[in-house]
Amino acid sequence: MPEKRVVLKHCEVIDPRDLSTYLDREGFKALEKAQKEMTPEKVIEEVKASGLKGRGGAGFLCGRKWEFARKAQEHEKFLICNADEGEMGTFKDRYIMQHDPFTLMEGMAIAGYATGARKAYIYLRAEYRFLLDLLRNAIQQVREEGLLESLDIQIREGAGSYVCGEESALMNSIEGRRGEARYRPPYPPSKGLWQKPTIINNVETLMNIPQIILNGAQWFGDMGTEESKGTKVFSVSGDVEKPGVYEMMMGSHLKELMDLAGAKRVKVVQIGGASGNIVPETMIDTPLSYETVLGSGAVTVFDNGRDVIDIVYRDMAFLAEESCGKCAPCREGTEAMVEILARLSKGEGYQEDIGALEDLAKVMMLSSLCGLGQVAPIPVLDTLKYFREDYENRVSQSLFLRSVRGITR
Amino acid sequence: MEKNEQHVSATARERESLLAVLEDEQMKSGFVSKEFISAAAESFGLPLSEVYGVATFYSFITTKPLGRNVIRICKSLPCFLKNAGVIIRTVENELGIKPGETTPDKRFSFELTNCIGACDKAPAMLVNDDVHGDLTPSRISEVLRSYV
Repeated sequence: MPEKRVVLKHCEVIDPRDLSTYLDREGFKALEKAQKEMTPEKVIEEVKASGLKGRGGAGFLCGRKWEFARKAQEHEKFLICNADEGEMGTFKDRYIMQHDPFTLMEGMAIAGYATGARKAYIYLRAEYRFLLDLLRNAIQQVREEGLLESLDIQIREGAGSYVCGEESALMNSIEGRRGEARYRPPYPPSKGLWQKPTIINNVETLMNIPQIILNGAQWFGDMGTEESKGTKVFSVSGDVEKPGVYEMMMGSHLKELMDLAGAKRVKVVQIGGASGNIVPETMIDTPLSYETVLGSGAVTVFDNGRDVIDIVYRDMAFLAEESCGKCAPCREGTEAMVEILARLSKGEGYQEDIGALEDLAKVMMLSSLCGLGQVAPIPVLDTLKYFREDYENRVSQSLFLRSVRGITR
Repeated sequence: MEKNEQHVSATARERESLLAVLEDEQMKSGFVSKEFISAAAESFGLPLSEVYGVATFYSFITTKPLGRNVIRICKSLPCFLKNAGVIIRTVENELGIKPGETTPDKRFSFELTNCIGACDKAPAMLVNDDVHGDLTPSRISEVLRSYV
């Protein structure tokens, strides 16, 4: 399945600073159709029927989220566009907002109409402050055109925190608190921002909405696999000739993406950022979908010259630094893993280290409060599965080096 | 102290604006001082610890003064793979400071940061709000020269 531009249809086609270039290409026709020809319930039905799932990584059915929020018995509801793209190796939302802020506005306007939210926030990470002007300008133009009458969109700036991309931490941050995860349930569609029903969608998820409304659920559902409909925008980086953003049909094989990006002598590919799955070269035919591997669509490529344990060590160092610290399994677990992986990568490991990593992984996955800690051990477990020898060799080397130095333990 | 109180009270006092107030102060003064934190706590009617907790949670808000320009070099894997280490050493040599330090003339602060979403242009760094990608040692001095 080849490259296909659905989400990125207007990127590098329209002028992101000029709404008229978007209006000339069916811009805001989907909103018009939704408002004039469809009830909010019908819009939700359509999105549900399309099978669109969240593109931020967790993959919850978008229409279901909307339906929960729609049915919540509260007058005040909020919509949040998650533009806190902090996942390591992910830059697709940056590219999207840079080149087509208008489709995003239209998607948000439709989401507001469908769910009954009248106030919306775009939570933009501090690292993307250079996009502020462009986004503000886009909101202004759409508003002046009279296309945002029922939705008030505001931009909220993050202040440098990876975990704020996690929905409950993000809501705490908008409320002016530390960006720590919350206990769930309740989930945001029933009690979210200020305990009001809240829909949180990733930038890319919202980008899909206008075309689903215009072309119908059937059209969208015809693309992709059983559980993964539509396309996915991938951010490819690392050891490739052409790093960048690639949109492909769901279910496309990793190999195709590697060929497009010009990857040579691949050793492993990490999919989904710092806590993403590690796919060895022998499995390069793996399809990219929710059923297999996907996450946020970050695809980091490592060639033959790279050391697997070093990669995992650096993943874990990232996660340990970004753990919000609220729950012990994540806060202490990531730190303990960093310590072990650091000594393994330096050739100073112990016999017990592999077992300790596996024990820690179990506890963290079972008992962490949010996604950060729950998925943090994935790269460790994947590499233990596919590259166990590397770990065992490193332990043997460590023991040997120690015996040479005359250290008994 | 008086000035700080004025600034805080001039802004909406609802809890939700706390982070924005701290961010504004960071932009304006280059850091959030102890005095500002206590003034903000008073103005928002929050415990000091609460405001301090928010101020110190986020990496773009600092409680010690930063220089006029802040360099943040990405140290995450995609940039590491593209030799971010060389870029880090080049900046260290150009400025004579290590990560976490500020030049004596207060022109630059230098920090390492996690992924800034510029992996397609790795190695990359932020100087203030500007992204500079595809860095090479020879480009560093050119980039640094443009910030006074």
